[in-house]
Amino acid sequence: MGVATLWLSIIVLLPLAALAVTSMENGVAGFIDAVTQPAALATLRITVTVSAIVALINVVMGTIVAWVLVRDDFPGKRFVNATIDLPFALPTIVASIVLLALYGPNSPIGIHLNATPAGLVVALTFVTLPFVVRAVQPVLMEVDREVEQAAHSLGAGPWTTFRRVVLPALTPAMISGAGLAFARAIGEYGSVVLIGGNIPHETQVASQYIQQQIEIDRPVNAAAVSVVLLLISFLSLFVLRLWAGRTQRHEEQDA
Amino acid sequence: MIDVTDARKYYGDFTALDDVSLSIPAGSLTALLGPSGSGKSTLLRSIAGLETLDAGRVVISGDDVTDVPPQKRGIGFVFQHYAAFKHMTVRDNVAFGLTIRKRPKNEINRKVDELLEIVGLGGLQKRYPAQLSGGQRQRMALARALAVDPQVLLLDEPFGALDAKVRADLRQWLRRLHDEVHVTTVLVTHDQEEALDVADQIAVLNKGRIEQIGAPEDLYERPVNDFVMSFLGSVAKIGPHLVRPHDLRLERALERWSPEERAEMEPSKATVGRVVRLGFEVRVDLLDEAGERLSAEITRRDDERLALKAGDVVYVRPVRALPPEEAFPALAM
Repeated sequence: MGVATLWLSIIVLLPLAALAVTSMENGVAGFIDAVTQPAALATLRITVTVSAIVALINVVMGTIVAWVLVRDDFPGKRFVNATIDLPFALPTIVASIVLLALYGPNSPIGIHLNATPAGLVVALTFVTLPFVVRAVQPVLMEVDREVEQAAHSLGAGPWTTFRRVVLPALTPAMISGAGLAFARAIGEYGSVVLIGGNIPHETQVASQYIQQQIEIDRPVNAAAVSVVLLLISFLSLFVLRLWAGRTQRHEEQDA
Repeated sequence: MIDVTDARKYYGDFTALDDVSLSIPAGSLTALLGPSGSGKSTLLRSIAGLETLDAGRVVISGDDVTDVPPQKRGIGFVFQHYAAFKHMTVRDNVAFGLTIRKRPKNEINRKVDELLEIVGLGGLQKRYPAQLSGGQRQRMALARALAVDPQVLLLDEPFGALDAKVRADLRQWLRRLHDEVHVTTVLVTHDQEEALDVADQIAVLNKGRIEQIGAPEDLYERPVNDFVMSFLGSVAKIGPHLVRPHDLRLERALERWSPEERAEMEPSKATVGRVVRLGFEVRVDLLDEAGERLSAEITRRDDERLALKAGDVVYVRPVRALPPEEAFPALAM
């Protein structure tokens, strides 16, 4: 207990406290001033919007991918299953180069997403792909097929069965996967650094803004935006955990 | 009511159903009885549409449903492991079939309350399946299946996951329920006692074929072959014959049988191994002259009269001499 608390304090709480202190160097007014600058607000808005879109795309596509991997049989399934983690395992800067080569100015397929919000979405969706897939996959494997058959026998077609019986079982996993994807997208730097373009008010994400502020020697601005990012991540994880917990509660009572 | 004709089902090399035809009368309670792998569950699931037959037809109430998906067959299905919707309350579980049919809410509530009363779960509407015992969950599953007014109720080893006491209670309860609601019911079981206890009609399956179909007492008293004989109850082998242990008569002296009886079939000699007194019934383990073991079940009264103990020499003969056509070739035991 003591060791765990000490370790958490050194490794997590101390740096966070230092960050909070730095952000408050010019007082509360200074903090508010730092985060309400147009560039800061714009970058936070872009970051949160893009991350939310990415989380939503992941919920839908990640669930479909998990479904196909669990329920369908096709040649090369094991290979596809193994490649799911690749975007996550890849150094993010490599991901950025790959995406730049594919969708950049010299795109071999004629799609130019360089320095556009769409480019951000593609890059972040790419690196956060595994979260929902890996969260939903094991839960889906555990879903009792007889429960679906019971729904069929009661008159439910495939879609009704999915919506009313399967989906509720998957929801906690989808939510927690989406939460992780969102939190990861909020702070992502490497994968967007090349394809994002870093254009203030358009494609500059918070992590790029923070670095820029450090480079022009405004540590308070950087720290203040960091604290906001931290709060957003924390809040989103907290809310999603509460929600997932509520959905799951009745099933956990099962022995 | 339910007619299955020439049903065939293969899983790779394994033949689950080998040209099975079966007719189930309306309003009856039929048990499909057999060991595991006999095809009984496959047959039931094929009637439900949860399995697709490789050949053959399924007709329910005159409609050929062979190519109809399960949700349109008008069936109720109960699974061994309840298949409860865990995220829904008992009320919502039972209401499921009515909710997706978009029935008015007050009608649903009335029907759910009524059914829960019938299955003995009244007042538990707001519970979740996880808060119920196994027996209660299965009764909820039964109420859920009955809610849609199915033409046929299909039960796949419904009491298989429950302990012995609950199982015996529930099957008598099921019989009473069936007498009340009269829905044509098919029950799959591997437990011959369960089948004999609840069913009007039993179909005994073995290796994907129906060995015999008939009323419980017919199957018990007049089995068509050794398999049905041994599957429906315990057997004793006397010479080349298989008989029920309670159909054996034991005596200390040959003279106890009439000359006619002895002319018909001569009693054979055996040594008493063990005498087990199980309430009214007394089981006597015997060793015949050929060194084969057999058990006889006699009444407590006969036991008192004979005062048997280990090592005694007795004579044993079936109560009824077996006519040649009922003489089964001996099982390799």
